[in-house]
Amino acid sequence: MLHIENLHARVEEKEILKGISLDVKPGEVHAIMGPNGSGKSTLASVIAGREDFEVTDGKVSLDQQDLLDLDPEERAHAGVFLSFQYPVEIPGVTVTNFIKASINESRKARGLEEMPANEMLSKIREKSALLEIDRKFLSRSLNEGFSGGEKKRNEIFQMAMLEPKLAILDETDSGLDIDALRIVANGVNKLRNKDNAIVVITHYQRLLDYIVPDHVHVLYNGRIVKSGTKELAKELEEKGYDWIKAEND
Amino acid sequence: MDLTDKLLSSFIAFEDQVNVNDPVHEIRTEALKRFEKQGFPNKKLEAWKYTSLQDLLTTDYSIFPKSKCALEYANVRQYFLHEIETFKIVFVDGQYSSFLSETTHDGVDVCLFSAAIEKPKYKHVVDAYFNKVANQKDALTNLNTSFANEGAYIFIPKGKAPLKPIEIIHFATGNTPQILLQPRNLIVLEEGAEAQIIERHQALSPIEAFTNSVTEIYAAKNAILDYYKFQNDQLTASLVDNTYIDQKEGSEVRVHTLSFGNKLVRNNLNFYQNGEHCNSVLKGVTLASERQHIDHYTLVHHAQPNCESHQDYKGVYDDRSVGVFNGKIIVDQIAQKINAFQQNNNLLINDKATVNTKPQLEIFADDVRCSHGCTIGQLDEDALFYLRSRGIPEKESRALLMYAFANNVLESVKNNALERRVKQVIADKLGVRLGFDL
Repeated sequence: MLHIENLHARVEEKEILKGISLDVKPGEVHAIMGPNGSGKSTLASVIAGREDFEVTDGKVSLDQQDLLDLDPEERAHAGVFLSFQYPVEIPGVTVTNFIKASINESRKARGLEEMPANEMLSKIREKSALLEIDRKFLSRSLNEGFSGGEKKRNEIFQMAMLEPKLAILDETDSGLDIDALRIVANGVNKLRNKDNAIVVITHYQRLLDYIVPDHVHVLYNGRIVKSGTKELAKELEEKGYDWIKAEND
Repeated sequence: MDLTDKLLSSFIAFEDQVNVNDPVHEIRTEALKRFEKQGFPNKKLEAWKYTSLQDLLTTDYSIFPKSKCALEYANVRQYFLHEIETFKIVFVDGQYSSFLSETTHDGVDVCLFSAAIEKPKYKHVVDAYFNKVANQKDALTNLNTSFANEGAYIFIPKGKAPLKPIEIIHFATGNTPQILLQPRNLIVLEEGAEAQIIERHQALSPIEAFTNSVTEIYAAKNAILDYYKFQNDQLTASLVDNTYIDQKEGSEVRVHTLSFGNKLVRNNLNFYQNGEHCNSVLKGVTLASERQHIDHYTLVHHAQPNCESHQDYKGVYDDRSVGVFNGKIIVDQIAQKINAFQQNNNLLINDKATVNTKPQLEIFADDVRCSHGCTIGQLDEDALFYLRSRGIPEKESRALLMYAFANNVLESVKNNALERRVKQVIADKLGVRLGFDL
């Protein structure tokens, strides 16, 4: 499904991704771990199409469709979803209106009519219940004054509404207490199916207790230096990242 | 002949049309003398540093429209908020249109300035209020006063409120391609009275209309007024709006200035708080593009203690448009316990757009809370990426962010039809159709 080959990217003159290759198949969950500054969030941003980064070499495709030539919105229409580490506050636009715009723009891009209001409403009800989101929350301005937990739940709520093929969860566990973490992870697990795939980017192992990965990769200094099963995540939790650094420096 | 000379010589012709023995005419004559001395304002004056009328003044305007022009309701219905649910005072090329208007004398007076100065039963109101709060040192106000003869007259007696909102609309038909219009509105709310008024100026084709309007508003004790200035005229039409508001104890006056159209707009909005516990609210949304020039020049004069004022102006400037915000707050020495708030935020969408923003505080009391802030910025790139990553295309994302930026000013608009209209204008102006009702 997601195919990354020898991906190099830089911001200004600094090379951050130095040749990443990764294959994610439908139904799989991949975890990307690594110390701070290893390039994890950059990888997420490059897949989603943030223009601050320049791709200097390599390929990224989703179901054989080249993503690197597409605008961020076209990647979203192709089925890419990025759950932001720091969701942006947008005063003046309610959660509901944002999600309506998002869904209907995606439908428009696929040549579909706008989603009928009653269908939209029942879908919003269903998905907000999944993430234990209060109705009042939906009429608040997007992310404005939200707690860390509310922001992340709102991200996964959007994911639930948009039903992407590929969801990249960038540090979704940061800023969450254990209850919020459980709600978010539970939501993600219910959205998993044989046709979609999830890439979980995280510094810590604890989210992976709830969203159990099929594959774990360690990113260090812009490269994947180790891949394994979920046991690798546990090993990292116990031993930290120093041994990874020692092996690769 | 330049415009000043033309106006001065036209006054003699004007005198043939009005009752020169009326005391109102004495006021006109005095105002003309003052204007003659002052002339039109120029950029040497501090108050006109960023806005020049020079271009407008070279046009050879008709001062008295040639003939009465009848308009079909169907052709102008789009400019009204409601067919039935509002009172309407409508002018066509400066002349009252009884056909398009719906006035009332049922408990309140919603009618014409020309009628008010002619009829004996309104004489005491005109004597008490006409040209009292208007600034007699202001040249354009004096010019308007000199020719003051037509406009809206609204009188709401003690404790009353009209049954529905009032629309004041000035059409310019295009029959006179270069026209100078000088409407004069007199609005009086007695103790505890309430009203909602929506004013607009609309040229029906791209003509050089220049409107120099004066509105005097008197809000007595505990009166409440919501006034909306909906400015979405042709890009060839210009407007200088001089509004003067006298507030007495416990009154609340809220003015929303919603500026989208016009070639040049100068809004001189002046609040005088002459009683305790007054509240003045000044809100503005401006969306300018091409070579539009939109200037908001506000004054809030706190002359009594225990009052509040809230100013919140948001502007989005694209292309080569120019924005000006000058917000003056005066707090007299006796006006203790004042809470005066002023905010002006601007987005520049294009490198060639300009905004000049200037707070001016003159505070002579010591126990006051005065806060002001202004920002000039660009659209947040992180926010833009966030929206695009959710599938909203760049153009729509930009529009959504601009709409969001202006939105909190619109939240206080109490007329739903107007709010919908404004949001539609914003969406149209930004050239988008978003997947939800703005």
